[in-house]
Formats: sequence, C-alpha cells, structure tokens
Amino acid sequence: MTVNGGMSVANSGILKVAMPKGRIYKQASKLFRQAGLPIPEDFDDSRRLIIQVPEANMEFIMAKPVDVPTYVEYGVADIGIVGKDVLMEENKDVYELLDLGIAKCRMSVIGMPDWKPVIHPRVATKYPSVASQYFREQGQQVEVIKLNGSIELAPLIGLADRIVDMVETGQTLRENGLVEMETLFQVTSRLIANRVSYRLKNTAIQELCDRLGVAISERV
Amino acid sequence: MTKPKVFEKPTGVKDYLPHAVAKMRRIERSVLECMRLWGYDQIMTPTMEYYDTVGVASATSDQKLFKLLNQRGTTIVLRSDMTAPIARVVGSLLKDKPFPIRLSYHGNVFRAFEEEGGREAEFLQTGVELVGDSSPEADAEVIALAIASLQAAGVPSFKIAMGHVGFLNGLFQETLPGRESEQEALKACLLQRDHVGYRDVIRKLSLDAAWQRELEDILRLRGGQEVCAQALELSANESAQAAIKHLCEVWDVLEAYGIQEHVLIDLTMIGDFSYYTGMTFEGYASHLGFPVCSGGRYDNLLAQFGRPAQATGFALKTTRILEVVEDTADEGERTLIVYEQEFRREALQDAARRRVAGESVLAVLETSEEDSELIAAKAWNRSGAFLYHGTSYNQLVLIGKKSEGLA
Repeated sequence: MTVNGGMSVANSGILKVAMPKGRIYKQASKLFRQAGLPIPEDFDDSRRLIIQVPEANMEFIMAKPVDVPTYVEYGVADIGIVGKDVLMEENKDVYELLDLGIAKCRMSVIGMPDWKPVIHPRVATKYPSVASQYFREQGQQVEVIKLNGSIELAPLIGLADRIVDMVETGQTLRENGLVEMETLFQVTSRLIANRVSYRLKNTAIQELCDRLGVAISERV
Repeated sequence: MTKPKVFEKPTGVKDYLPHAVAKMRRIERSVLECMRLWGYDQIMTPTMEYYDTVGVASATSDQKLFKLLNQRGTTIVLRSDMTAPIARVVGSLLKDKPFPIRLSYHGNVFRAFEEEGGREAEFLQTGVELVGDSSPEADAEVIALAIASLQAAGVPSFKIAMGHVGFLNGLFQETLPGRESEQEALKACLLQRDHVGYRDVIRKLSLDAAWQRELEDILRLRGGQEVCAQALELSANESAQAAIKHLCEVWDVLEAYGIQEHVLIDLTMIGDFSYYTGMTFEGYASHLGFPVCSGGRYDNLLAQFGRPAQATGFALKTTRILEVVEDTADEGERTLIVYEQEFRREALQDAARRRVAGESVLAVLETSEEDSELIAAKAWNRSGAFLYHGTSYNQLVLIGKKSEGLA
C-alpha cells in the first residue's frame, strides 16, 4: 500500500484548507483578506476545485459544505471552514478552533401559525440527527423525515406538521406563511482542524487562528 | 435483512492478502523485537472475556463493545483493548510475580460503531504495559519505547504530544471550587476538542477577568519544556503543581534518552478522565490523518482485578501504521524446481536441502513439454525474476534427463 499523492502534499509546508462553496465562501474569503491573507477576490466565482494560493502558503479545496468535516477528519485537508449546523449533524472527530462569527443564522423548529399537537407528529428536515436528538431530549416522540431541499414545502403540502431548518432572515418563512416556534441553537461558521495537522502544523495553524481572531474582534 | 452475497463480510472487517500480511509481519516482528530488547515479554490473552469483568473495566464505552451471549446466557465481549485483560492476568496468574512487571502484546481488538474515520471493527494493536511503577522514569520509559517502536516499524516522521490529566483537574478545582458540573462541562469540551464551546462555557461562568484569561490561555499551552514553567505560574493548586512537576521530571528523563525533539507538551491533550489518572500521550505520523499510537498512566485499573498498582503503557495502532510504512522490496528469494517424473526423489530431496538452508522452494512436476510458461522460464536470462503461474521466482532448477547440465 502506498501513500496517495494528496496525502503527501498535505504534509508539506502548505496548509490545505477545505472551503465551503456557495453562501459561506464569500464571507469567509473576505474575513481571510481582512486577516491580511492575500486571497485574491477573483476566484470567488471560479469553477476550479483546487486553488493554489502560494502567497499565503495555502491550498484551497472547494468542497460541498456538508463534506468539509469529512475532508478534515481524514486529514486530506488540514483545516476547514464549516457551519455549526453541519458540525452538529455530522459529529466528526475534529478540533473546533474558532467561531468566525460569519454566516449567522439559527436552527429552529418551524410550523404553520395554527399548529396544534397531533397524534403522529412528523418533522421534516435536512438535519435528521440534530432533529431527532432535540425531540428526544424534549421527551417528544416524533417521526423524523429526511429531505434534501425545499424543506418549507413539507408543512404546506401535509408531509410533516413541523420542520427543523436554518433560519437566516425569516424571509422565506414569511413568504410561505410559516412561523418560527422554537430555536435549537445559534449557528455561525467555525474554523476546524484535523487532529494530526493540529499537532504537526501547529505553528501555521495557531498563527492563522490569531490573525483571524484579530480580524473577527475588529469587525464587532 | 437480505441474505448477503457469498463474497460479503460484516461491516468493518478486512481480509489481508499475502503482500499486506508480509508487510504486517515485518512490522510486528521488528516492533516486538524492539520491545523484547527493552525488557518486555510478550503475553497472549483470549479474544473473548466476560462483560462484567474485563468489559466493564475497559476504557471503551459500552456501546462500542461487541457483546454476545454464551450457551449459559452470560454476556461475553470481544476484547476492545489489551490493557484490561493484562490487568486481569497481573491480578491473577501473575499475582505472585513482584512488581514492576513489563509485558508486551500484539493482537486483534474489536470495536463496534467506531466513530473515528476508518471505522474498523477489528484491528491490530501492538503495545506494552509497565505495571507497579509510579515514577516519572516509568512514564518516560513507555514514551521512549513508543518512539523506538515507531522507528522500528519504519514510520518515517512522527511527533508525540504529552499531557497530564492532573493539571486540568487541579486548575479547575482551584478556579471553580465546588462547581462540579461546570468543571465537567469544561472537560467535556476539551475531550471533544471543542475549543469554541470551551470558551463559551468560560464566558458564562462570570469569573473575574484574570481567571477567565487564565482558563482561556491554557488552550495555547503547547511546546517544549518552557510550557512546564508557564503552567507552574498558572495554578497554585497542589495537584496541578504535582502534575506539572511530574511532567517536568518525565521531560528530564526524555532529555537523558536524547529523544525530546520528538515530544511536545500540550496540557489540553487529555485522555478519558474516568480512565487515565496521570500522564497521557498520543503519537502522530505525517501522511496520516489519525493518531498512530496512544497511551498513558492508569493507576485505578489494577484495583478492579484485586491487585492495586500503578501502571502505564501504550498501544500502537498497527493496522494504521501499515499505511504509512514504505514497502520494502525485500520479498525474499524464491526458487522453482521443475522435475521429470522419474527424477521425483532427487528433486524433492534437493528441495528439502534447499529449504533447510533457508531457501523458499516450490517443486513441480513437468506435465508437458509444451507448457508455454515453462518454455518462457527456460529462456529466462538469469537476471531479475521470472513469472511462473502468477508467482515470481528468482531461480530455476530443472531436474531430469535432458536438463542435467542445467541443474
């Protein structure tokens, strides 16, 4: 068995960063620039999957957000940026180093305004593990239905009487006549690190943490 | 459940083909030999143990144990580590052997629902236990032996991180006297490597600013011996001070071994608090996202087997080491003897002589002169290896009427 190419690069001096594509990326790359890391703006919309940033001694791996903790757990990325919602759902063995304070939203239980307890409650969600744990801890018996998108549809068409989903502004909910009933927890993006990289590349990771920490406190 | 296909096997278990086994055996041999040279004798214990004894005493959480019932309905576990079974042996079969006792092992262990990546349900561990010695020398010895074992296995570059559960216990008792649940919450955060959660808990404690800063700063306590000096300033608590002094002494011994370059101190590196009682450590190899070894001091385990004693040890994750160790080309020489039927006796006796001399020999009867592979082998130019029926050989010996010259 030989070590594959990707793994060996992860152990050179370059820091491999798993970056979530989409919503969080713009805010995260802005934060990196505020922290003085020369991340050029122009690949914000790039379709490339691996982007070298030699000026910052980094390599960005553009990943689907839910996959970021997996890349980091296996060490193909040294560090990563990911929402707390994904961390709670995926439950991976990684270091959670820093709250970046970006992409703020909350995980909530949502339903129709006239919701009343039903005999067989059903909850639709993209976060089945988070949702079932929450209702278990509340002592409620619910059937959790995993959906992959358009969660708001479920109560409107009668698939579920409530949903568990992320709420940022509440705009989508209002437009669909839904209301937020309870908040499970607040969500922001986090900086995570692989267990081994955290030790073997500690100087680089700690320096990045410190610079990001300063940038975050200056924003507030 | 649907009936599995004939080639399927349960999730998390693996077959190892000859190439991988050869490599595994090389690692196993060199590591066990290294341990023997350090005065550790190998022990073997059964794969199955009682749940109520070894199962309960092991560091593995209940839901990760493989449990089965024997014919009398008693719960049996497949061993989840080798430490608890060895503690049982030290407390029973070896109860009259004076301390310190040094034992090594190599064996398969089982974990159900392993949450770490890889999720292997059965894997190999190679390790040692040093029972009946509480000194810093003993802790340093197992770390030094862990380093020697990683080198013997051929792991190209690695680092050991060392911590001590006593420091955080002491620091938390000092800063949060009597607030057990908050202490537990902080420890739980560190154990889950959740530094964000740790800082959140601290902020909610309404401590004075100096204490709050101090608790946050321990997340940065990493490095060489200077960390000990910084930590001594941090806490006046007796057990925290004792922990740091112990670590300092371990460091001094490691320096005397001349191996401190491989070790860094990290006071947030804590093992399971309910199991480890003192120094703990973990080893990391470049090219691998998961730790390659872990160990530490567990002074409470032996008492559960009727012979209270301090103990320390470590386990190499041998199955994972297999991934980072380079393949060695040394596959050993292999000879092919092809004989004609009437020369069977001579051929088999020749093969026997060669085997006594340590040569790996396959003797086959020549069935047909038209065997194309044999014709190719006969044309082999005696440099490098040739293939015959899918196996590689370094030497060809023909025994028969026509080929006396060749043999």
